[in-house]
This record gives sequence, C-alpha cells and structure tokens, in this order.
Amino acid sequence: MSTASSISPTEPLGVHEPPRVTAQSWWQRDGADNAKRNLALIGVLLLLLIIGAITRPDIFLDIERLWSNELTVLSLASSIGVITVGMTFVIISGGIDLSVGALLALASVWCTTVATQSYGAGAMVFAALAVGAAAGLVNGVLIAYGRLVPFIATLAMMVSARGLAQNISGSHTQITNNKFIISLAGDKFLGVPYTVIIFLVVVVLGWVLLNRTTFGRRTIAIGGNTEAARLAGINVRLQTVLLYVLGGLCCGIAALMVVSQTTSGSNTNGDGYELSAIAAAIIGGTALTGGRGTIIGSLLGVLIFSQITNLFVVNNLPLDIQRVINGGIIVVAVLVQQFRVTSLWRRPASS
Amino acid sequence: MTEPPAQTAGQSPEDVVLRLTDVVKTFPGVRALDGVQLEVRAGEVHCLLGQNGAGKSTLIKILSGAHTPDSGEIWWQGEPAAFGSPQAAMKAGIATIYQELDLVDGLSVAENMYLGHEPNTGGFVARRAMRRGAAAILQRLGHPEIPVGREVGKLPAAAKQIVSMGRALSREARLLIMDEPSAVLAHDEVQNLFRIVRGLTEQGIAVIYISHRLDEIREIGDRVTVLKDGRTTAANLGAKSTPNRELVSRMTGRTIEYVFPERPAARTFESAPLLRVEGLTLPGRFTDVSLAVHGGEIVGITGLVGSGRSEVLESIYGARRPAAGTVELNGAKLRRGSVNAAVRAGIGMAPEERKSQALLLGEPIYRNVTLAGFARYARAGFTDAGREREAAEGVTRDLDLRPADVRRPVRTLSGGNQQKVVVGRWLLGGTRLLLLDEPTRGVDVGARAELYQVIRRLADEGVGVLLVSSEVPEVLGLSDRVLVMREGRVVREAPAGELDEDTVLDLVMAGSLLDGADLASTAPEGTAA
Repeated sequence: MSTASSISPTEPLGVHEPPRVTAQSWWQRDGADNAKRNLALIGVLLLLLIIGAITRPDIFLDIERLWSNELTVLSLASSIGVITVGMTFVIISGGIDLSVGALLALASVWCTTVATQSYGAGAMVFAALAVGAAAGLVNGVLIAYGRLVPFIATLAMMVSARGLAQNISGSHTQITNNKFIISLAGDKFLGVPYTVIIFLVVVVLGWVLLNRTTFGRRTIAIGGNTEAARLAGINVRLQTVLLYVLGGLCCGIAALMVVSQTTSGSNTNGDGYELSAIAAAIIGGTALTGGRGTIIGSLLGVLIFSQITNLFVVNNLPLDIQRVINGGIIVVAVLVQQFRVTSLWRRPASS
Repeated sequence: MTEPPAQTAGQSPEDVVLRLTDVVKTFPGVRALDGVQLEVRAGEVHCLLGQNGAGKSTLIKILSGAHTPDSGEIWWQGEPAAFGSPQAAMKAGIATIYQELDLVDGLSVAENMYLGHEPNTGGFVARRAMRRGAAAILQRLGHPEIPVGREVGKLPAAAKQIVSMGRALSREARLLIMDEPSAVLAHDEVQNLFRIVRGLTEQGIAVIYISHRLDEIREIGDRVTVLKDGRTTAANLGAKSTPNRELVSRMTGRTIEYVFPERPAARTFESAPLLRVEGLTLPGRFTDVSLAVHGGEIVGITGLVGSGRSEVLESIYGARRPAAGTVELNGAKLRRGSVNAAVRAGIGMAPEERKSQALLLGEPIYRNVTLAGFARYARAGFTDAGREREAAEGVTRDLDLRPADVRRPVRTLSGGNQQKVVVGRWLLGGTRLLLLDEPTRGVDVGARAELYQVIRRLADEGVGVLLVSSEVPEVLGLSDRVLVMREGRVVREAPAGELDEDTVLDLVMAGSLLDGADLASTAPEGTAA
C-alpha cells in the first residue's frame, strides 16, 4: 500500500515524548476554574440587583434603602449560610449531611428550655454548640467507624433529632427574653447586625480552614480519592468524624442565630435547610462526588438564593413561584458545570 | 528510511476491512492525531504500538465512535464511514474492549453480553433465548464453563474479559479493538487469551491489538503499525519478522528495549536488615511469609496474579491486617494493619492501581507529591503552598518529570509521569523502605528505563526497595535478590544473578492449579482490592 511505504520517521530520532507545555496564562493556573465560576456567580448576583433596580427603583437606586435592604438579605442568609459552610466541607470530603435542619431545631430547642435559660446566656450558647457538635460526632462515628453510608446515617439523625426536639419542647415554641441572645440579631456593630458579622466571620474562618490548613487539605484529599489518601497515611476515619462534628457545630451556631432572630426556639426551625444548604453548595461549584468545591462559591450560592427571595418579597410576588425558580436555578447551574467538567475531561484525551 | 516489508502476495484489496488515511484530531492545546494511516485486513491481528501519549487511545475512540476526526478518511468495509456515536460504530460491527472493562458488575454474564440489545418480545426480555445465546457464544470462545447466570462482579478479571469479548460477538462484530487486554492478566491467562484471539481471526474477524509488551506482539500479531506523537511512523511491518530494535526505535527514537541500571556485585550485608518480616499470614491470601530487606538493596517478588504477592506488600504497609506474623523496621515492631504507623516509621508505597489508589487526578502535581507529607511543610496546622511547590519542584527535577510545572493537574500527565509523581511522593521526608507494586504497569518503554534508574539510585542512597512485578525480566533485571511466590507461599529465594527467566516461570507455574482452562472454579477472587 502506497501510504505505508511513504511514511518515514519525520522527526529526528531521540526525541522522547516532547513536553506539550505552552506558556500558562493566569486563567489556566491553580484554582483559575474556581475563580471563573465565582466571577460568573457574582455576575448572576449583579444581574439580580439590576432586576431589583428595574422593578423597584425606589429601593434599589436609593443608597440608604438599598443598604438596609441588603442587610435584611444578609440577616436572612446568615443562619443558612453558616450551615452551608459546614455542608461544603462535608460534601467536599465526599459525604452528605441531611440532618442539618433537624440539628438546628434540636439545638434551638435545647438552648431555650427553661432549665438552660436559667443558667444564663453562656449556658445557652454552650448548649447550642455542644448539642450540634455532639450530634455531629454521632453522625461521624456512625459513618467512619460504623461504616454507614452518610446518606443513611444522617437521614436517621434527621428523623430522630427532629423527634427529640419535639419531645423536649412538647411542640411548643419556647420564648426567650435573654438580653444577650436577643441582642445578637437586634444590636448592630458599625451598622451591621451581629448575626451578619458572625456569618461573615464563619465564612472567613471556613475559607482559611479549607485553603490554608492541613485540615482542609485532608478534606480535599479524602474527597478526591479516599483510597489514595488512606495509603498516603492520612487518618481518613478521624478526619471524617471531625468533618461531621464541624458540620454539627455550624448547626449550633445557626441555631443561636435563629433563636436570636425569632426570640424563640422551636422544633419546626430549620425546616428544609438541608436541601437549601446542599443546593447553595452545589450551585457554588461543590461537586457531590467530592474533592472539589469552594467556600466563596457556597457563599455566593447562599446570597443568590436569598437575593431572589428578597426580590419576590419586595415585589409582592407569590413565594410558590419562587420555589419553582429556585429549582430551575439548581438545574441550570449544574448543567453549566457539567458542560465545563466534560470539556476539561476531554482536553487531555490522548492516551 | 526503512522500507516496510513487501506486502504479502495474494491479498486482494477487499480483504481490507478498515482503512484510515491522514486522520487528524485536535483538542484544545493538543494535536492528538496528526496524520494517522492504518490498514486492517479481515482475519488478521493488527498490532498498534506507541508510547503513552502517542495517540493510541484517541485513535481507538475515533474508531469506536466516541470522537469524530477533524479531517482524514475512514473506509469501513470498502465504503467511506463516519461513526457519529458509539452506537453507530457498534452497529457497523466495530467493538472495543477497553482496559477498564465496561461491564456492569451487578448484572449476570448473559445480561452483560446482551446489554442494550436484549432479545425481547414486545419489550419483555426473552431470558431463555438470551441465556442460550450467551452460552453459545461462550462455547464459541472456548469457555463454556463460565456460568451465564453468574453475577459479573464475582468473576475473576480473566473471565470478565472473556465476557467482554462475548459481548462483541453478540453484536456480530467484524472488528475487535483490544486495548492492552493482557494488562490485567497473569502469564498463563494471556496464553488463553491468545487462543481465543486466534479462534476469532480464524472466523474472519479482524483484531486491533494494543500492547506495550513486544513479546506478546511477536506471538499474536500479524502486522504492526507504529504511532509516535500522533503520527504513523511505520505501517504494516511484519509482527514476527521486524527486529525489536526497529520497532522500539520507531516508537521512541531509541534503539534499546529494557535498559536496567548496573547491579552492584553480590554483597553480604553485615548490619541487621532494615525490614524483617516473620511468619506473616493472611488466611486465603498468603501463608507464613518471611523475608528481609537491607538498606540499599532491591528485593523483587514475582508470581502470578493471586499468588499473594501484592497482598504481602499491602500487609507490610498496613493496608491489610495480617492474622499472624510480625513486621519490623530497624528492629522496631510495627503495629499491624496501620498505614499510619508504617508511614511514620518511614515506609512508602506505590500501589498497584495508580489512578484509583494513589492519585488525586484533578489536583495539581505538587499537591500529589506532598500528599503524604504536607503536614511537614505546615506551621501550626497552616499549610505552606510555596514551600510545598519548592519541594515538589526539587522532586520533579530529580525525576525529570514532564511537564515541569508543578501546578498542572496530574490528570494531564502520561502514565509514566504519573508513576513518577507517586514514587516522588516518597522521596520527600526520609523514606527508608519503598514498596513498589507493579511500578511500570502502563508505562512506556522510555519512561520505564528512567524509572529503573530512579529506583536503583534510591537504593544506592541507602533506601531499601521491595518490588512486586508480574514481568519476570523486570524483576530479574532490577532486583538484587528475588522471591518467587506461588499460591500464597514463597517457593524460592535467590540472588537475581542465579535465576533466569525460564527457571522463574517454571517455579511460578509448576503444579499450579491455574491452568487457564478452568477459569470459573479455580481462578483467584480478583486481584488485590
């Protein structure tokens, strides 16, 4: 065959697998994909503000009213936001936590019982955090040492924590008038409510923990490849336990925020929070398969959902339609990301 | 320029089932195929040779319809063809058996074979017809003993491969593409595979066979096409007549096959051994294994898949918990079944399955290199990416890893370079004993030689190396001392210089139950998980 005989080695022999490296621009560097995705999410957020400016120029074009409106958005976002930070860690490690809403309810009830309140604000804060962390510990131990699938373990916790909250409160709303607790949502520092400040502090700490500490590195490693992490000497089980404790702790913090905002603890608090937190993490670019995700992305995810709610409220639109839109946003966000991941996967395709 | 050997006389053009001319495929940033020529005849085994990154996988994906070429022509059975989808290629009669077999573990043998085209009446699967068809196909493949109702996940690797081939036959494939089929097989299983392949070609089916092992190509191949950097550098060479030197030089631009670093003269070690294993036993896997490795020594273990060789390594490393026996490093006993303890004591391991057991594919090179020791570069729990990158750059320079930019994701590296990342991980932070499980699997010839050099150099620096490989020449060429395992026991231990390949193969297989013919009942339960 002529094609066969005409082929000759055109390159000088002795060249072994030439490195196909081209000069890298900033957008190809470490973390650049995350940066691009986050820019896109910020774009969505700006778009929402523009929609606000068109539909309610009286609010969105008046600096003072815009500021107070956005503080409302952040206040409403703070409890779910703190939970989403914890959820992001758990999902990056390859897990899932369905119990967060129920843990919030349990912690809010536990810290507002007559007995707890009688010991003062310190006891209430301690109770909320300890209940969250302890329930997270149970989750983690069941998953890491009992080898339960995270979905099952946390589903069981979700059901029983909600039941326990109901049992403790007797399905009554437990009012608190503890001044310190109420001041968290009521008082402001430099014009910003303390709950919002706590939320932002949790986000910053979460970012540092994920990106700058060995804890974060271990989280990404076991989510990216559990077996590789184990064979590299990482204590996967201990890390898993710690991650669910972290998730529970976030629920405790969020519970205090909700108690402060509603001046009460109730076994109906945090209903559906698990799905909202998962949704926010996912549109923020966290992969349900683990190993990939950012705190900033999750923050933006939370803010987008809160801003949409706010737009519906200020325009007096029915909230049921909003749920439909939220569902659509989740689908679109994931579709866009899948497209990106496939194109990433195809690039180095040969051999 | 070397002329390929003249065409065999008497071949009429219609014997050619597949012809590719000037096929080009580019991906963003990479020209994966840059003018590929290929001609495959009915009833031949056409071997495709090339290093990692030469474009073999892309070529397969084009033939199986997963990619469409940018330009060039594909002629299939005398007509121009374009396979827009894997389904279209399958319908046309091209079946591909991938390295990672794409079988559904939870379905039965018969269900897997007819997956996607189940015989049915009005939507109801005709189970009996399907089972009968599957049994007939297995008969045709010479393996009627594989039970058609058995769950595929419970079959050994070799039997899975046969099921994969059966699936191709159930679709009346005229061309079978096999991507490194022998990689998951032990020596005698490969012989069995060859028997089946010969049977298929006798029925007029064409086979494209991809392998890194030249001896296999010699044995099973009819003609060879060599790819390098996305181009055909030689087409239609005689598989049996072309000298190794020429094949290798076409592939790599080098004229050598395996180059082993020089072995120091046989030594006696005065000091106590670095690693001492006594009476290690893991029921069902291996029994009463004792061995010693000195600092600076390379000890090789060879044996069939299922002989317990990988499990011994994993037990020393703590990834499995042995039932009895002790592992001592420098005289200090290691806690059984604790990877942590092993790593802290200074043991490192490059496991058998690089991608699933050792690498974070999406993470950058430096984070993979420092995976076992990022805590060392951290201060009070805070990581220091700058110092990690510096350390990783030292390693990549040392191992001549390409690309040199340590921020690249590991996914974009070739197999050989990925293996360097795994080995490089243990060059940081004072590893005293390195356990290597199949260090050169899926690694091309050029990168192999480099890895051998690295391993020997490590030993010269005083690291003890315990190596497992199913490639006997590799174990013999690289090790100072060799242990041969069979059915969970060490059957021979000798300095590598005193053994030759035939002796070792005899030892490995003597009295073996694994005679290849009776896969279903006696083959081991898969390889090390």
